[in-house]
Amino acid sequence: MTALPASRKRRARLLNTVRYLAILAVLMTFMLPFLWMALNSFKTQIDITNAKNILHFTPTLGNYRNAFEQHNYLLYLVNTFVVAAASTLLSLVLGLPAAYAIARFRTTWLGVLLLTARIVPGIIFMIPWYIVFSRLGLTDSYWPLILSHMVVGLPFIAWIMIPFFESLPVELEEAARIDGSSIFGVFFRIALPLAVPGIITASIMAFIFSWNNFMFSLVLSGDHTRTLPVAIFNFISYASVDWGGLMAAAMIITLPVLVITLSVQRYVVAGLTAGATKG
Amino acid sequence: MPTRRRAGTFFIMPAVVFVAAMVLFPIGYTAWLSLHEWSGSAVRSPRWVGIGNYTELLTRDPRFGYAVLRTFFFTAIAVPLEIILGLAIALLISEKFRGQHLAKALILLPMVATPVAIGMAWLLILEPNIGPLNTLLRSWHLPPQPFLGSGQQALLCLIAVDVWQWTPMMALILVAGLATLPGEPFEAARVDGAGLWQRFYHLTLPLLMPTIITAMLLRSIEALKTFDIIYTMTRGGSDYSSETMNIYGYVQSFEYFALGKASSLLTLFFALVLGVSLIFIEVRKRWGMAVA
Repeated sequence: MTALPASRKRRARLLNTVRYLAILAVLMTFMLPFLWMALNSFKTQIDITNAKNILHFTPTLGNYRNAFEQHNYLLYLVNTFVVAAASTLLSLVLGLPAAYAIARFRTTWLGVLLLTARIVPGIIFMIPWYIVFSRLGLTDSYWPLILSHMVVGLPFIAWIMIPFFESLPVELEEAARIDGSSIFGVFFRIALPLAVPGIITASIMAFIFSWNNFMFSLVLSGDHTRTLPVAIFNFISYASVDWGGLMAAAMIITLPVLVITLSVQRYVVAGLTAGATKG
Repeated sequence: MPTRRRAGTFFIMPAVVFVAAMVLFPIGYTAWLSLHEWSGSAVRSPRWVGIGNYTELLTRDPRFGYAVLRTFFFTAIAVPLEIILGLAIALLISEKFRGQHLAKALILLPMVATPVAIGMAWLLILEPNIGPLNTLLRSWHLPPQPFLGSGQQALLCLIAVDVWQWTPMMALILVAGLATLPGEPFEAARVDGAGLWQRFYHLTLPLLMPTIITAMLLRSIEALKTFDIIYTMTRGGSDYSSETMNIYGYVQSFEYFALGKASSLLTLFFALVLGVSLIFIEVRKRWGMAVA
């Protein structure tokens, strides 16, 4: 009588151990490239090229100092931030009213148009944008970057916010209308405050997408507006690669995103899985 | 009602103007330019060539055909791998365990990290002489591999990086899908003595299918358009062995300045992505109906 539960308990404990080991292995697989990046960003070129010095080396901040002092990384950091903040803000200004109108006034065609814009390969815009922005003499200003990043941000904000506005109870807004509130009053004083969680999710994701954007910035940024993902290529020349510098640059680019993600995890998960789980 | 409609117009107008100028106009311009030959010169305007660019791509440019094949190959290998591994990880982490919160947070990092930075990290990991992967192979007395330097391995390496980057995304979506499954069928199956595998194959998998199809749709569209890691790690390769449509389109546009030919390539690329999206949406509808 007692033998069976005991063996079953042992089996369950074994299964649990195996499960923990599997989870650990999975996490290691996803973390190791980041750890390797971080580790080597504190090494000199000599320590990186010597396989025996994987953990035996004197850490140096030289690569980071070099990135900021020799390679102008403060400027690129500021550029990346300005473009991400401005494109997110403008995407919200254009996207929130549009998403509200699509949800409430059934402007379905615009919804379809915005969602199609998410499918279009971004590279199809590049030649016309490049030509138009050069003709307008805007090639070394922030505008081409801000506007192009909005092409990612705005449809994404609509994608998150349309279902969010649809899920808000319409009765509240109708009551306010009867009390004499204008449509604008309803939008600003009732719909927007209720939509704050959705707006936070959408903003964080739009900001991250802009921060990470490479293709648009590669073609549209000039010497003074270069963003971090484009500037990192300075560490690779035909003759050699400055691996330490490259890893330090990679850390500078990606650390802010990782910190944001870990501190507002809930919103990032909501943003990444939006639209995928409703079947 | 008229004030409502007028207000609606006011709400959508800025977004409509923006989409018209930044999305619709460029698509139209690219389609128009695809019927011309132009190097971007301000002095010489585009010259009409009809469908000449398209016939050149489809009949006289083997690089294009291979790029199309590679684009499909990349997606057809990477996405199913991401779904299978993602499902395995989702099943592994969806039930409660100590440290679940942290595990779910860490697993987010590959998909939010800057792709260019990730590409650079993998460039070092796959470096044939100083990279840790070959160091590991040598310590096991296995022959070191050329990885990105080899025509046969470069595309497979890029697929591996894509799988590393996006498997967590699939896991995340499937964890959310698993959480919405009804509990009763599983209880009933357990009472009837169904084993772990039987419950997975006859209950979890079919019930999760709509989520799996949706995840595949979203991921496939993105995988066809992969640019950042390929550009960062190989730029298509000196022998073009990892050149996809997206990369070839970039090269034709901004390295060769064959703007007409590039435009026809990009128009075909757009049609292809749209076609794949429509097929998936149709499949998803069928599944939705079968389930309902």
